[in-house]
Amino acid sequence: MKIKQLAMAVAGALTLSAASIASAETELVIATVNNGHMIEMQKLSSKFEEANPDIKLKWVTLEEGTLRQRVTTDIATKGGQFDIMTIGMYEAPIWGKKGWLKPLEFDASYDVEDILPAVRDGLSADGKLYAAPFYGESSMLMYRKDLADAAGIKFEGRPTWDQVAEAAEKMTDKDNGVYGICLRGKPGWGDNMAFLTTMANSYGAQWFDMDWKPQLTSEPWKNAITDYVDMMTKFGPPGSSANSFNEILALYNEGKCGMWIDATIAASFITDPEQSKVADKVAFAQAPQKATDKGANWLWAWSLAVPESSKKSAEAMKFIEWATSKDYIKMMGEEKGWGKVPTGTRASTYANEDFQKAAVFADAEIAAIKSANPNDSTLNESPYVGVQFAAIPEFQAIGTAVGQQMSAALAGKVSVEEALEAAQKAADREMRRAGYYE
Amino acid sequence: MFGSYEWNKKLVIRTVASWALALLVFFPILFMLVTSFKTELQAIAVPSLWVFEPTLENYTEVQDRSDYLHFAWNSIITSVLSTILGLLIAVPAAYSFAFAPTKRSKDIMMWMLSTKMMPAVGALIPIYVICQKLGLLDSVFALTIIFTMINLPIMVWMLYSNFKDIPREILEAARMDGATLWDEFRQVLLPLSMGGIASTGLLCLVLSWNEAFWVLNLTSANAGTLASLVASYSSPEGLFWAKLSAVSVLAIGPIVVFGWFSQKQLVQGLTFGAVK
Repeated sequence: MKIKQLAMAVAGALTLSAASIASAETELVIATVNNGHMIEMQKLSSKFEEANPDIKLKWVTLEEGTLRQRVTTDIATKGGQFDIMTIGMYEAPIWGKKGWLKPLEFDASYDVEDILPAVRDGLSADGKLYAAPFYGESSMLMYRKDLADAAGIKFEGRPTWDQVAEAAEKMTDKDNGVYGICLRGKPGWGDNMAFLTTMANSYGAQWFDMDWKPQLTSEPWKNAITDYVDMMTKFGPPGSSANSFNEILALYNEGKCGMWIDATIAASFITDPEQSKVADKVAFAQAPQKATDKGANWLWAWSLAVPESSKKSAEAMKFIEWATSKDYIKMMGEEKGWGKVPTGTRASTYANEDFQKAAVFADAEIAAIKSANPNDSTLNESPYVGVQFAAIPEFQAIGTAVGQQMSAALAGKVSVEEALEAAQKAADREMRRAGYYE
Repeated sequence: MFGSYEWNKKLVIRTVASWALALLVFFPILFMLVTSFKTELQAIAVPSLWVFEPTLENYTEVQDRSDYLHFAWNSIITSVLSTILGLLIAVPAAYSFAFAPTKRSKDIMMWMLSTKMMPAVGALIPIYVICQKLGLLDSVFALTIIFTMINLPIMVWMLYSNFKDIPREILEAARMDGATLWDEFRQVLLPLSMGGIASTGLLCLVLSWNEAFWVLNLTSANAGTLASLVASYSSPEGLFWAKLSAVSVLAIGPIVVFGWFSQKQLVQGLTFGAVK
């Protein structure tokens, strides 16, 4: 009797599970990252479903690293698990060239020309747009105006790294737990290497020369990493080698950082009085330069793309058109407030007066995005596209290996020279293995 | 009198050390529980706040954003079914290894155990492609089969250790009395090894419940378990610790309660053959 009851329960459970799968209309599965703008989009997406009752949206929200691994596995094996993928400027051109993504075509009302040119170019390959930007970001200098004023420091336009180092020294007050500068140190191609690549770019460095040979032991790289380690050791918070965006955000909001150079998206968090103790004391400047301003600030856009394996591409395009449109930004501004709209994608957003009033960081952000050029981000000519990365499939492995060495140098486990030597070897090995040269 | 004093002193030291160790192990869970009742700003405060006005806003947000019951239901289904399926395979296998061993039995058991030594990611692409070809991506069925397979070596080994403690003569006596194989199993072996089978099942239930790697890689919108719900609350940009703590409490809650009531069997299962 008991076995019979158990069997019935199991059968019932399986039927229910199957029923829940079978009852969908045209179901779009969307893989996305868990960050504020995306969560707001999920909340507002019921409006899209109301307007399109034949389409049902299903969300798969993942942490950035997990999402990247998950969608890469799926698209490379043509798994067909997702109809829409959230990807960045690293993946879009590579996957587009490989034929893994459907080219996006929108009607005139969508106004593709309104998308910021740098962002549009970064998401295109061979003249075709493969992903539509949902929100974009660059990097900039965010500093404590009160501490800068007290130290007699003025940042105008784009400061130099020497000015930043001097300011870091003056702002540091370790007795009161205030550190002059907070920068990323956690290893990862999207963590410390995103920042360090822009810093190295501004020193005149590049990842690869025109023969694809790694350049990590070049003078500009040595100077950039030496200055970074030196500055962070003297004026940075303890344990910096484990810090990335969120850790520094927590420190900054607690009033423990004088300066922070990171994603422009941080501006909306550190100026929010609900989460920042220094919301009214923040000012902005462009990311610092040294030998050049080329590639001194990065460019990234979380974007929506349709994999070739999706069988519901028409519906997927319809959703992407809705989520990345001017109308969506307007709706978001009117319902949630103009300070919370996704930025960094459309010129019309920055032209909007309501947005300008609500976002004190708007001018600095658009200036940073406009100055970033993925096709020309190094002082000397480079064979790759990308500001804070090189858009080649091998870069993830190389960037992460190099990031580990840089983090070790910051932690004092190895010298800068040793770290760069080891990084050069790792990059050289990977490039040889991939057949870029013998 | 002196001896008693010494004994008491040792007892006190042991008790204090045990409590200290237990608290140390429990501390992350306590911290998570406390954080789940903080605001995001309180959650990132340095040093950590221990006195604050608790809020339920994180739990409300999790309820609003996610279909908790859907994920919990998938966790229950996959862990219960994989445990039942695993026991159906592991019990006869362990019986065979314990009571009718061949020359190769030990080798086969070692081979089974060796499959646990390979990192799961090494088998990801083949299993992903197999599931894709069979149309089993994002299905509860595929997860159940995979959970069964990854737990099977442990189940067989645990049951084998348990069966080895049962004198073979008892089974032989039953056979002499005319018992069939089924009678032998149902009327002799099962009552004698019920504790071991229960603890094996409990352990596998817990392992399946907590399995995250395969869930994150093989599911998308429909078959995700609570492990995937927890993973969805981690973010590279923005504050999320309080909400992540709340969803983690919700995810581990059922299995912690379950584990609390079945801890005696779990400990028994984990210490089979330890005192030989």
